[in-house]
Amino acid sequence: MAFDKMELKDIEVWDGNYAAAQALRQSQVDVVSAYPITPSTGIVEGFAKFKADNYVEGEFVMVESEHAAMSGCIGAAAAGGRVATATASQGLALMSETLYQASGMRLPIVLNLVNRALAAPLNVNGDHSDMYMVRDSGWIQFDAYNPQEAYDLNFIAFKVSEDHDVRLPAIVNQDGFMTSHTAQGVHTMDDDTAFGFVGEYKPMNDMLDFEHPVTHGVQTEEDWHFEHKARQHNDMMTIVPGKIDEAFAAFEKLTGRKYNQVEKYDMDDADVAVVCMGTSVETAREVALEMREKGIKAGVVGIRVFRPFPFMAIADALKDVKAVAALDRSAPGGTPGALFNEIAGALYNTDSKMLLSGYIYGLGGRDLTKKHLVDLFTELQANADAGKVLTKQQQFIGVRGPKLAYL
Amino acid sequence: MLEIRWHSRAGQGAVTGAKGLADVISTTGKHVQAFAFYGSAKRGAAMTAYNRVDDKIIMNHEKYMEPDYVFVIDPALVYTSDVTVNDKENTIYIITTHLSTQELIASQPKLEGKTIYTVDCIKIAQETIGRAIPNTPMLGAFMKISEMYDIEFFKENMKRILAKLPQKIVDANMLAIQRAYDEVK
Repeated sequence: MAFDKMELKDIEVWDGNYAAAQALRQSQVDVVSAYPITPSTGIVEGFAKFKADNYVEGEFVMVESEHAAMSGCIGAAAAGGRVATATASQGLALMSETLYQASGMRLPIVLNLVNRALAAPLNVNGDHSDMYMVRDSGWIQFDAYNPQEAYDLNFIAFKVSEDHDVRLPAIVNQDGFMTSHTAQGVHTMDDDTAFGFVGEYKPMNDMLDFEHPVTHGVQTEEDWHFEHKARQHNDMMTIVPGKIDEAFAAFEKLTGRKYNQVEKYDMDDADVAVVCMGTSVETAREVALEMREKGIKAGVVGIRVFRPFPFMAIADALKDVKAVAALDRSAPGGTPGALFNEIAGALYNTDSKMLLSGYIYGLGGRDLTKKHLVDLFTELQANADAGKVLTKQQQFIGVRGPKLAYL
Repeated sequence: MLEIRWHSRAGQGAVTGAKGLADVISTTGKHVQAFAFYGSAKRGAAMTAYNRVDDKIIMNHEKYMEPDYVFVIDPALVYTSDVTVNDKENTIYIITTHLSTQELIASQPKLEGKTIYTVDCIKIAQETIGRAIPNTPMLGAFMKISEMYDIEFFKENMKRILAKLPQKIVDANMLAIQRAYDEVK
């Protein structure tokens, strides 16, 4: 069936949602099965419009819930098609059962997760609660800091997820509203170049291949469950990181835009550093440059790949830094933040004397201002000068009321 | 860095206006950002939208802004919202109102001593587009006050951005932009 190509300017002013929708169009997804939810609605709305206007050949399946949306994706992926969807927050929560089905069945699916707070209290604005909720679900997780990256990482996600040595689903995260509804310049690829990067979908063990019947979603009980999960983890640990690096390298060759599993900004001689995800990485980069003008050697580390967690790379990035802040945009519910724990684990068996402190910030879309980050870098420098963490190990940034600090 | 804050009601087109402005500016090689605070996004609720413009890539994603320009596209918001919040000594206001600038300042003392321009975007939109969508006329007024671009260049670009609308509506928007450009004072 013929479909139309779309003429794009070299730089389009797109928000993160539309950038992701365009990436799904250019990847010529076979099936989008979706149930729209704020702030991710623009992605499925965009794809549905492309479908209605004959810019895509694939199917758009409207379903009755997010649980059904991911179930539809699982069915379509098992049948042998390129599959994608989008959701956020409560939608992801309702999907969570099926997320484990998708990864356990080794089905390549790309999920655009537009990060939003989880109720209660109800809030449509952005934080990383939903990203964190499914961090052990066996999905690869990429993180975009702006609309350009939401566009680029979709192509990379298809490339990695669909690799026959990988066959694991992938999430592309972007910050709700701060990226999804923020329009910025996006360098585009033309339709042929973009599709050329992801390539024709090559099915494997597809149910529509009637010559080679296969069973999906089997029951194993105690006999094989552990071996299956171990194999899946093994592939995540040993195969996926290399495939991600290959995809990043191929993408850089094509576009000049370079991605790394751990993004390092001004880290070569940094005494103090902030580690974070999402739009905060960019705001922190700007503040780090301003701190350098004031004589504080500040740097920023962004987590580009949250799963598989780049354990060794993060240790390498931080080993010579004197004081580091781990910024978690999710209510930890009675423990240090996830990034704090991951970083502490990565550095523990090394010779590094890095001082680590954790900060919870930005819940429910609360603004992370440049002023907050100036104070944060200043606090880190005081830790570095004193040779010890002068504050409690867990603090809150930007919350009203008396100062909260623990541990 | 040029920073603009829009005060609007949900449904009046501030987001479309902010994105349209960003699109035009982007064609001249500058870096842009356009975003909004929606809250629960009920039609008619007060909301704010934002533009950032710079020669270098914009990495700042904080919502906090000390704007160079404040656009008010609904006349009542001058009284029900604080349109002066986080302003600077040299912040320029372009406010939609049927009042003269002097009458407006007299009616809202907070505006005393500020650089205020007024234009009736609601009336202009009603008389040209036929609906009270004051976003494009505000941009016409902004082109006059800021002298950012030649008005013909700006209109040509807006035609491209609005191209998915019926020709009649596009033409009406061009009239609205020109009228606001001519009438702002």
